[in-house]
Amino acid sequence: MKTFLAVTLLLGLLLASCSTPSSQRTTGTIVNKGSDTIVNLALAWAEAYKGVEPQVDIAVTGGGSGTGIAALINGTVDVANASRQIKPVEREEAVANGVEPVEFVIARDAIAIIVHHSNPIDELSIDQLSDIYSGKISNWSELGGDDRPIVKLSRETNSGTHVYFLEQVLRKGDKEDLTLFSPDTLLLPSSEGIMSEVRDNPNALGYDGLGYVTDDVKVVAVAADQSGFYVLPSIETVNNAKYPISRDLYMYTAGEPTGRILAYLEWILHADAQTIVSDLGFVPATP
Amino acid sequence: MRNMAKSELIVTRLIKIVGYSAILFVALIFLFLLLEGAPALVEIPLQDLLDTRWYPIEGRFGLLPLIGGTVLVTIGAAMIALPLGLSTAIYIAEVAPRTLREVLKPVVEVLAGLPSVMLGFLGIVVLAPFIRQTFDLPTGLSAFTGAILLGAMAIPTVVSVAEDALDAVPSTYREAARALGATDWQIIWRVTLPAARSGVLTAVMLGIGRVIGETMAVMMVTGNAPVIPNGLASLFRPARTMTATIAAEMGEVANGSVHYHALFLIGIVLFTFSLIVNLSVSGVVFRRRTRAERILS
Repeated sequence: MKTFLAVTLLLGLLLASCSTPSSQRTTGTIVNKGSDTIVNLALAWAEAYKGVEPQVDIAVTGGGSGTGIAALINGTVDVANASRQIKPVEREEAVANGVEPVEFVIARDAIAIIVHHSNPIDELSIDQLSDIYSGKISNWSELGGDDRPIVKLSRETNSGTHVYFLEQVLRKGDKEDLTLFSPDTLLLPSSEGIMSEVRDNPNALGYDGLGYVTDDVKVVAVAADQSGFYVLPSIETVNNAKYPISRDLYMYTAGEPTGRILAYLEWILHADAQTIVSDLGFVPATP
Repeated sequence: MRNMAKSELIVTRLIKIVGYSAILFVALIFLFLLLEGAPALVEIPLQDLLDTRWYPIEGRFGLLPLIGGTVLVTIGAAMIALPLGLSTAIYIAEVAPRTLREVLKPVVEVLAGLPSVMLGFLGIVVLAPFIRQTFDLPTGLSAFTGAILLGAMAIPTVVSVAEDALDAVPSTYREAARALGATDWQIIWRVTLPAARSGVLTAVMLGIGRVIGETMAVMMVTGNAPVIPNGLASLFRPARTMTATIAAEMGEVANGSVHYHALFLIGIVLFTFSLIVNLSVSGVVFRRRTRAERILS
């Protein structure tokens, strides 16, 4: 399915590039919006692209995957960044609005589970994480830690990271499972909000994209199941699929891209741009 | 002579139009809110709106936690801002020497100009950790932290407006009271405050209005967990206000979706809240004014 998608995308790219007049490729503005996870990467790309095509301006803003996709549906952006796949509902809304979203995998990301440095917990399983975030476990002592309440931190619901975490961790990938975040989960509007709370609150447990995690917090090793072995997130463990909470990052265009947008996306999947991906702590999509 | 009459006519008309347009804009905004928010009442059954859970991406649209969060934070902030703000105003207007007043008033008014994002940032970095350690709470991101920040934000408004009202009380009132042998406290409590009542109540109203409508700082420090408040202890737990919900989620929704309409419905609820505050306070103000006029006449 994935290869089929890739082949159709490539075909689309080729077809579209044949029909593009060259002047259109080199001037103008590309409006790029969406996932906060991708925003630093997109900014770095936009900056580097200035050296490749000085005539093309790329305006990058964050706001969350849902925000980006909503903007694509409403026709206000050229490229939407998303840290999750577009939902069927969103695709329907887009089509109803006359927009056909086209998907590109532009990098991979791992979600790191982070705690305060003083927290003795080193490893957690997906089952334990699910029980914590759904409210079944509320004290660190139940996991072998200190007798402290667990303060659960999450991104806001418009974050692709939130949706991914809900589906892959809370519901363990089971589509029938209707587990929700416990209502006392703190929903913070930014990755930075999560980092700063985990940095100075010994009770806190958070998750964030690997690219955002600094040495100020402690990263916990995660196992897919209780019997399995615990893995820390890194470029190697994401690429060899050992780390259980990793995902693809996407860019969506309104219809098959043409002109400068096509040129930009081609450049992004090229080796030069993918080096920037690893520099920022993400994992390249095209090794 | 004729020219002047003409120009006067134009100016009067202009001012009249400007005055009416304020009312028109409020009416238009309310109409827009109604048009965008009312569909939610049809799309979401009433018992779902009264649900205990707000989780819009899974179709859970319970408004109670959000209303509870706003009420909790607003009451908390009012309890901080009103006593502090009013006593500061009384001090500046009635007690402080004239020279000190000239310094204090502008400084307080500068405080009012602080951007709320900046206060929110201070709240995250300084206030939240401090509150967590002082009160031994699981997290410092709580309704209480939000209430303190909002209180601090409302104080300058309250002080500035209330002080103006107190200052406008004719000094003959105070002199007359003093001649009758009243103490300072009796003059403040029995004479100046009642005389400046309508202005002081306006200060209260504007202060509370600022608190209800504030978004950014609240979103940064209250933790935004949609929990229904349950007694005084909830003040020290995370809460999610209506304003923070709208701000955090409005960017994400597709135009015309159920979630979009639900957010506008929250807007209507918020609008109704501040309308109730305004109406109840101005009701008191107008009643007092007519009685005062009767006494004076």
